[in-house]
Amino acid sequence: MALEAHLEKRLGGFTLRTDFFCGEEALAILGPSGSGKSMTLRCIAGLEKPDRGRIVLNGRTLFDSEKRVNVPARQRGIGLLFQNYALFPHLNVTQNITFGMKAQAAAAREARAKQQIADMHLEGLEERLPRELSGGEQQRVALARALAIEPQALLLDEPLSALDTYLRSKVEQQVIAAMVQLRRPALYVTHNMEEAYRLGANILVLSNGKVEASGSREQIFRHPPSLEVALLTGLKNFSRARMISPGRVEALDWNCILACAADAGSEPKYAGIRAHHVRFAITAEEAQADNAFSCWLARMNEAPFHVTLYLRLHSAEGEGHHLQAEITNETWARIKGQPQPWRVLLPAEDLLLLKK
Amino acid sequence: MGVNLSPVWLSLETSVTATAITLAAGAAAAVWRANRRGIGPALLDGIFLLPLVLPPTVVGFILLLLFGRHGPIGRLLLHFGASVVFSWPATVIAAAVVSFPLMYLSVRAALEQLDRTLLQAARTLGASEWRVFRRVSLPLAWPGILAGTILAFARALGEFGATLMLAGSIPGKTETIPIAIYISVEAGEMRRAMAWSVMDVAISLAMVAGMYYWTHLQNPARAGLVRR
Repeated sequence: MALEAHLEKRLGGFTLRTDFFCGEEALAILGPSGSGKSMTLRCIAGLEKPDRGRIVLNGRTLFDSEKRVNVPARQRGIGLLFQNYALFPHLNVTQNITFGMKAQAAAAREARAKQQIADMHLEGLEERLPRELSGGEQQRVALARALAIEPQALLLDEPLSALDTYLRSKVEQQVIAAMVQLRRPALYVTHNMEEAYRLGANILVLSNGKVEASGSREQIFRHPPSLEVALLTGLKNFSRARMISPGRVEALDWNCILACAADAGSEPKYAGIRAHHVRFAITAEEAQADNAFSCWLARMNEAPFHVTLYLRLHSAEGEGHHLQAEITNETWARIKGQPQPWRVLLPAEDLLLLKK
Repeated sequence: MGVNLSPVWLSLETSVTATAITLAAGAAAAVWRANRRGIGPALLDGIFLLPLVLPPTVVGFILLLLFGRHGPIGRLLLHFGASVVFSWPATVIAAAVVSFPLMYLSVRAALEQLDRTLLQAARTLGASEWRVFRRVSLPLAWPGILAGTILAFARALGEFGATLMLAGSIPGKTETIPIAIYISVEAGEMRRAMAWSVMDVAISLAMVAGMYYWTHLQNPARAGLVRR
């Protein structure tokens, strides 16, 4: 069970070039809007025709520009979940779910629809029209409808983006359960890096129609290959950087020398650290260690379970901030009474050194 | 004052037949045209919409040229021993031609306003183009199609100019209510003209009320359907 795609499509001045493999573990496609994520899904579903390339699903060629193969969407057997659900407004829940079921006895179809309705916790809503459902219910109907055709692959186009936070995590659990149960290739498109991490075992980062990175989610988040990927995966702090000697990097925008792993590779262009990796020195020893610097609080932002601090390094004077630190309420309670400057710690093992 | 009601039946028969023809032709043209780009379809649009912008007498005159003894269609019909000018079919042709643009525009607008992702969703669910049309496009475009039908019927019922040109005013054969009114006024029979006018108002109101009632009864959910 695998989906393999190489495709190229031009649209005005924009060129999409993607290349990926997806087995039974879900692949998340992460990218900002306009990066070509949705277009990639539409090409695979057969709603758009790539200019060049090849799409092979579970051994069956769906598209091959050289052999002039282009299987129409209705014969691809791919379940596509749309961002705005795309439920048929004139059909009720049951009719929506059975729409794509293959010709078989009405009784058998009904039984399968019942099963889908039960799986998605939609009991009691069978007769409702889509507009009589909440957003979360609508998305569950759409998911049930896509799964009802027993798809060869499942494609999800930002399926949670129209839901509020509370519904989102509930529907997300059902999406994950459905993908696991299906045991077939699943592509999950999103612009939310946390969603990409939670839903995809592997991640493909798209930007401007090009693949910026691909690999396991741990690899993408721990070792982003470029600043762009690092930013897409949520990096908040970065500085232009220059290697001084093995294990020593000068952070030009932060005005400091950082100690880093000696095998960090050659010539990084940027150094960065994630906001939740920024720490505050506890002991006097830590306060004098490598990568510990004086800092002043420029401003802050409180959330229910964490605090975001915007810090200036080396001096209280000046505009803006150098670092953004995300700390727990407990840490905040500990440091807030202490006189400034505080000693901020950028652990060497958490530094990201980016070559481009 | 006579009690010959033939103009009423003639008007109704003519309008119903013309509307049926228009529905089939207008819907077919709209389905073909919807979401098609290019200069060819755009030029064809001009011809489709011509009956709407031309004065009915001009439409009637063009039809007379086409269907007349020496016209291309008239000559073809003569081959089969048929002639339509100044006969009942002529009233139907005139009414159908002038009502066609209204049907075409309404159905086309309804089809083009359909949410394309719904059609795409249907395709990914394995539906053939015919099934997409029958199960998705048609039911969703239904209010627009119905509106077109009402407009076309109203236009056909009121048709006068082109009918007079192509079908004349033969009592019991081509004399529809509007023509009967005109003939009456010309002959100075104002009471008769008044009676026909009242009759026309009654028929029109009954038809519109009936259609409206039917659309809302047909499917309350559909009638209240609000689309993005």
